[in-house]
Amino acid sequence: MLASVTAELLARIQFAFTISFHIIFPAFSIGLASYLAVLNALWLRTGERTYLTLFDYWKKIFAVAFGMGVVSGIVMSYQFGTNWAVFSDRTGPILGPLMAYEVLSAFFLEAGFLGIMLFGRERVGDGLHMFATAMVAVGTLGSAFWILSVNSWMQTPVGYAIAENGQFVPEDWWAIVFNPSFPYRLVHMVLAAYLTTAFVVGGVGALHLLRDRTAQEARRMFSMAMWMAVLVTPLQILAGDFHGLNTLEHQPVKVMAMEGHFESHPDGAPLILFGIPNAAEQRVDYALEIPKLSSLILKHDLNAPLNGLDTVPPEDHPPVGIVFWSFRIMVGLGFAMLGVGGWSLLQRLRGRLYEDGALHRVAVAMAPAGFVAVLAGWITTEVGRQPWTVQGLLRTAHSLSPIDTPAVAVSLIAFVVVYFLIFGAGTVYILRMMNRPAATPGTELREGPLRSAGHAPAAHPGDSPAE
Amino acid sequence: MPFDLSFIWAGLIAFAVLTYVILDGFDLGIGILFPFAASDSQRDQMMNSVAPVWDGNETWLILGGGGLFAVFPLAYAVVMPALYMPIILMLLALIFRGVSFEYRWRSTHKPLWDAAFFGGSAVAAICQGIALGALVQGIEIENRAYVGGWFDWLTPFSLTTGAALAVGYALLGATWLIAKTEGSLQARMRRYAFGLGIATLVLIGAVSLWTPFQDAVYFERWFSFPGSLWTMLVPAVMLLLTLSFFSGLRNHHDFQPFLSALGMFVASFIGIGISFYPMMVPPALTIEEAAAPDSSLAFTLVGAAVLVPLILAYTAYAYWVFRGKVNPDEGYH
Repeated sequence: MLASVTAELLARIQFAFTISFHIIFPAFSIGLASYLAVLNALWLRTGERTYLTLFDYWKKIFAVAFGMGVVSGIVMSYQFGTNWAVFSDRTGPILGPLMAYEVLSAFFLEAGFLGIMLFGRERVGDGLHMFATAMVAVGTLGSAFWILSVNSWMQTPVGYAIAENGQFVPEDWWAIVFNPSFPYRLVHMVLAAYLTTAFVVGGVGALHLLRDRTAQEARRMFSMAMWMAVLVTPLQILAGDFHGLNTLEHQPVKVMAMEGHFESHPDGAPLILFGIPNAAEQRVDYALEIPKLSSLILKHDLNAPLNGLDTVPPEDHPPVGIVFWSFRIMVGLGFAMLGVGGWSLLQRLRGRLYEDGALHRVAVAMAPAGFVAVLAGWITTEVGRQPWTVQGLLRTAHSLSPIDTPAVAVSLIAFVVVYFLIFGAGTVYILRMMNRPAATPGTELREGPLRSAGHAPAAHPGDSPAE
Repeated sequence: MPFDLSFIWAGLIAFAVLTYVILDGFDLGIGILFPFAASDSQRDQMMNSVAPVWDGNETWLILGGGGLFAVFPLAYAVVMPALYMPIILMLLALIFRGVSFEYRWRSTHKPLWDAAFFGGSAVAAICQGIALGALVQGIEIENRAYVGGWFDWLTPFSLTTGAALAVGYALLGATWLIAKTEGSLQARMRRYAFGLGIATLVLIGAVSLWTPFQDAVYFERWFSFPGSLWTMLVPAVMLLLTLSFFSGLRNHHDFQPFLSALGMFVASFIGIGISFYPMMVPPALTIEEAAAPDSSLAFTLVGAAVLVPLILAYTAYAYWVFRGKVNPDEGYH
């Protein structure tokens, strides 16, 4: 058993672990940064205090989530080198510049203006503060742009040549940046981040509505979030469908794994709703399937032939079970979100959006749905492209650093312990902040003009006695 | 000698690393000094003096790593495995200190995150110093891969550079606080800065005298006539900075000690540059060999030429917005 634990396996687990933790924070902060910019703009335009209160409320949550995103992100930028040195050497000339652009155009922008957004309203005035807030939002989106371009190039590499020393060298930067899967992945991920945030905000709003239906801030955030659920979820399902068709074109093996198609279907492939993929026997056990529907979805023709994994050499198969299940989790959650959005629209039209306790309870339960869907989606696409780090060109097994198994094992254990400790604590703090209603005096801007007269300027009013 | 893209990039990466050391140096130094504050309110002031800017400071470290990956992928691919342990340890330490900025205010166990802030800052500083020392010693490469063991970085020399950097960062932190605070905290930092200044100079001296014996090339570079006429400028400048540092401290100047300490870091950095050139990774990987193809260098240079000046401008603006002494009652928490 232990003999089968290789440095490669441990390095893969380490990468999967650290990237999975990391993606949670950007998925939230991309959406939240945009939400904050919207809230601040609405406050400046309407002068309605609810927006300012909400801005200050979510701003502090953003600060904690953003901090966790930064520190878990630094790890990523070094892990390529420590654990995947061969990959780094080979792909550096192409992927490195894209990441450098991410740092230069996005990370600095976010970090540079974050301080002003968090602490600077009184010092720079409303106009520049709004600008800083918008820059933070633009920075988070810019970062998504570049890093998704990097990821997409690994999935659909184009615009390169291979040099004598084995390096991929750039031939056409435009083709590299806008590689075939990039536009789809970018749209799908940005919408996912927006939906993730919408469901968190909606869940928090619903929580406070369950306690007090008249709370103005809770009503406002719940309403805004449910509009997002109504409008963005259908777009996201559509974007996901396009992304799937793009994957079928460029990475058909991944789609075979997602669909559980071990066998080829020359005259129309069934859609397997559920079943248990059995890789040893190369079949799906207990499959519950709808005939020909998969061909209809993927080829828009009931009788279109679809190849299965039996056309692919076994050494090029991804782990089917993981991809099959994670894909279903993602899709299932997407439709659950659609359901919540539709339900909220119905109640809104009937004037009962703030009255329906059942809807609020479901919204609270769905608050983490975006995170789960994002993780499931990334697992689908990343596990689905195995055994390659650069599709069809560089195998994961050939990407590894020349490192000893014990070194990776020790660092893996350290990462696991530290991440659970640190990000566990961070999650607790964030939940605690969310559990506090948006309008308590402690969460107001201390130097705000409408500060209640009796509110003593204690050193840190955020720390209420409840803690 | 060709002055081509790879040399421009070597200069830019050196600039990014130096900027990182200068900016994050004082902010890690504040973490190192955290347990030596007199009170909780002093610690609040210390942290608030960097809270609006630490994120941006740390981004230069990402640029150092990301930039190396972009323009010197081979150097990145051999240095990271060679420095596996100190790099991973540094990353973990930076997690602890980075989250403390927010967690500290959110937790019922403030001392716990105070300790995390100190421990994370100290370990990160030491690891960075160790990594530097290990790089100066040289990294064994064959066939585009690191071939040494996973404890090669651990030597008396690298431990000394680790200590030197941590003490130096603490000096930067203390002098930053002299500039940014008043009253009892400032007086305390003046006292610390005096001792830390002496300790830093002693350690810089030790490392400087030790370095030429790490590699015959370094020795040649520093002590062979007539090149040594130029290299001796570095210690001469160091001497002037030392005088400026102590006179600034004695005359209660706000910024002179900080700027002098920064100058010492710049001079030391130039000293290391003199030793390294034209190697990217001593003893045998040159800047040209490590560089990515010209198309990568040119593509990235366009972005850097436009964006780095912008970044410097808005970073300077952020510092300007938060200029002046820290108000003990300010903060959004």
